Amino acid sequence: MNRVDKVSRRGFLGTAIGAGALVLGVQINEAEGATPAWMPSVYLGIEPNGTAVIVAHRSEMGTGIRSVLPMVVADELEADWKKVRVEQAIGDTKYGSQNTDGSCSIRDFYDAMREAGATARLMLEQAAAKKWNVPSAECKGQNHFVVHSKSGKKAAYGELVKVASTLPVPKKADLRLKPESEFRYIGKELPTIDQADHTRGAGKFGIDAKMPGMLYASIERPPVYGAKLRSFDDAAVKGVKGVVRTATIEGFKPPHMFQALGGVAVLADSTWAAAQGRKKLKVEWDLGPNGSFDSAKEKAEILAKIKQPGKVVRNVGDVDKAFAGAGKVHEASYYVPLLSHAPMEPPAAVAEWRDGKVVTYAATQNPQAVQEAVAGAMGIKKEDVTCHVTLLGGGFGRKSKPDYVCEAAMLSKQVGKPVKVVWSREDDIKFDFYHANAGMYMKAALDAKGKPTAWLHRSVFPSIGSTFDASAEYGQEFEMGMGWVDLPYAIPNHRAENGAHKNHVRIGWMRAVAHIYHAFAIHSFVDELAAAANRDRVEYILDLLGPDRNVPIEPVGMKYWNNDQDQTKFPVDTARLKRVVQLVAEKSGWANKKPTKGRALGIAAHRSFLTYVAAVVEVEVDDRGRVTIPRVDIAVDAGQIINPERARSQIEGAAVFGTSLAMMGEITAADGRIVQSNFNNYPVARINEAPKVTHVHLVPSKAPAAGIGEPGVPPIAPAITSAIFAATGKRIRELPIRKTKLV
Amino acid sequence: MAIRLNVNGKPVSVDVPANMPLLWVLRDELEQCGTKFGCGAGLCGACTVHQDGVPVRSCVTPVSAVAGKSVTTIEGLSPNATHPLQQAWLEFDVPQCGYCQAGQIMTAAALLEKNPKPTDAEIDAAMDGNLCRCGTYIRIRKAIHRAAELTRAAKTNREE
Ligand code: FES
Ligand code: FES
Repeated sequence: MNRVDKVSRRGFLGTAIGAGALVLGVQINEAEGATPAWMPSVYLGIEPNGTAVIVAHRSEMGTGIRSVLPMVVADELEADWKKVRVEQAIGDTKYGSQNTDGSCSIRDFYDAMREAGATARLMLEQAAAKKWNVPSAECKGQNHFVVHSKSGKKAAYGELVKVASTLPVPKKADLRLKPESEFRYIGKELPTIDQADHTRGAGKFGIDAKMPGMLYASIERPPVYGAKLRSFDDAAVKGVKGVVRTATIEGFKPPHMFQALGGVAVLADSTWAAAQGRKKLKVEWDLGPNGSFDSAKEKAEILAKIKQPGKVVRNVGDVDKAFAGAGKVHEASYYVPLLSHAPMEPPAAVAEWRDGKVVTYAATQNPQAVQEAVAGAMGIKKEDVTCHVTLLGGGFGRKSKPDYVCEAAMLSKQVGKPVKVVWSREDDIKFDFYHANAGMYMKAALDAKGKPTAWLHRSVFPSIGSTFDASAEYGQEFEMGMGWVDLPYAIPNHRAENGAHKNHVRIGWMRAVAHIYHAFAIHSFVDELAAAANRDRVEYILDLLGPDRNVPIEPVGMKYWNNDQDQTKFPVDTARLKRVVQLVAEKSGWANKKPTKGRALGIAAHRSFLTYVAAVVEVEVDDRGRVTIPRVDIAVDAGQIINPERARSQIEGAAVFGTSLAMMGEITAADGRIVQSNFNNYPVARINEAPKVTHVHLVPSKAPAAGIGEPGVPPIAPAITSAIFAATGKRIRELPIRKTKLV
Repeated sequence: MAIRLNVNGKPVSVDVPANMPLLWVLRDELEQCGTKFGCGAGLCGACTVHQDGVPVRSCVTPVSAVAGKSVTTIEGLSPNATHPLQQAWLEFDVPQCGYCQAGQIMTAAALLEKNPKPTDAEIDAAMDGNLCRCGTYIRIRKAIHRAAELTRAAKTNREE
């Protein structure tokens, strides 16, 4: 049930809106079983001069969301987009969730945005009706005016604000949502509000935020997860020109959550001076139990664990019986390493502690998490933390975790001035919340046509749960629900098992999260089975998906995560998955492009974030074993699409992100310390390494909007390795691909 | 000791250590924040500016090295952001997060100065020092071709 309330102007944004503005707050009460209760989702104001002020409450990191959601409001409002000003919301629970994460902004807020716009429009229509003394049903909002066609009367929205603001807020049932045929902006390809700024260097990111009198901090953090500061010597630091002082930051208390890592900070009057001063610091650490952590040893440990039975997390039929009676069996183990987000803008924030309160400007995906984390660090109420959200130079999940904002606030309190914290690239690579490394063991019993009659899939990985529970050893419901326990294939016997594993670094969610390793293992294995059966990949995948149906997912000992959505609204629908497979096969010319030596296509199809994606990747492997990607085709069924242009750009970007992690991404630790440090040893795809062309094929759909930011990522890696196998006969079971010699 | 240079056509004087990279002089001292930090090691191109028309990585260029020289940043690339690349960037809706784009445009502008009609391979060779984690490369390539076209068209018009 949704409710729309008039709210006081004071609560609106905390910024100036012209006096007499009509301000609406829409609150949505989420469906039963969903997390928070009353969630204000959007605020919209119209100033007497007619300017519609629409609040973007989600963070902009390149998806276009801070333009696209306001366009939905503007559409229902019948606003002229030229008379709209978008304002970025500060962190406040009244907006509902602001955690811009999980590809859910449109899914969760499309309806609320439409209702907000439609409510305001209806009130403006009613105000005009009152003014002209005609029935309100005869008045119609049209491009920033209300018109009464019978009399030819017309009034600008701005003129109607005063009267409209005295009217009772209409009930949801009385709203008249626009029919699709009248959409102005929804489903259209309007440019976003930030593009022109980006071509002029005018976008304001976290790294660009300034506060008067601020100091710049560079922080030496514990080199090993959980290491403690023993002592430090800053004698040489003080001689560096521009350095003002040093300060310590206390280490976290487990669980680490989003607390600062701790360490020793050098504060100076410029970024450069702080960094120079930091080089002169001498710091001694107690490394603690993770001081011997070693990635090669951990990999061996994980690969041994996946050979052992684990906790059963999904069980259909009787896998053991099927294996016992099986004619042919195929098995394989896969491994994916730790990965770092590496957004182009490293973590950055400026914060000021004053009179028991904190004000911060931060590049954050989640300003409410900033409020909570900073409040926790400072021992104040979260309402006493004001978080302004800047543009984000990429996020990918890293900037949902505001440890860097805590650092700035903690230092500001100590030095009595605002403090700006900008992580160096080395800091970013060495102190990330890493995407989990994972080992997967797969085993299938095969019938005469090479189709599985039984399927066993074991996964072992350090869980993101360790962020919130230091003792966590098993995957969380959401990690298991990411393309693993929801395997959609028509296989009568199916078991999934999860082995216990502890984290030795901070583990966090990164674009597409656990889908990355599950998709790599599952689709690589499918490719192996198809190859073993000597069958066409597309035909094999379609056969495996079986008849068109909604697959009920019933994991063991937990509910099916399904992005917190009901399976009746967002089922696992094999027809939709088959559709994208068929579409991508057709568009890529699959049937006619038979593999030649060194050049071939590969395919993978995966449902993630409720969206169905199939990718065909063409690879070329030259006689030195170098891989290039001349072309990618991706078919996407994400339900309703609000801005097809930005949707395509997200999928194009996902193909590059997927290429980076498939081809070259790897984080390792030795003696507890992360080995990589910058883009030289943690490379990401460059223009000549990324797919040369990516064709995105969006399936027109009236299904509810699902998600677009992440789902393009998971199928890329297995599609690349599938293509490499077709081109060279080399089977790659471990990422990144660059570790395997192809000739 | 004060160091003098010219930034976007204006003479400026800064009193900073001689080894401070131009990037931080621009950002922290001169409030020209369009030039971005990405790696500090010449690996990503986010900090690209022109020194007397040549693209340089400002994060590894000590300010002393540009004393008496002319530096152009994204803010000074064109009056009113009308450079053909800036127009083409909008036409193809290139940016995602936008963070790398100033560096991309500055590198591309230097390429077009030298090579008014680059091939795909020439574009890739010129642009492979500029990372875009969002993955806008395909559009960057298209937009550079388009800007080259726009430049040629403008030139033909002028000559006619
Ligand atoms: S910041 Fe200069 S090249 Fe990366
Ligand atoms: S647009 Fe985000 S890094 Fe290039």
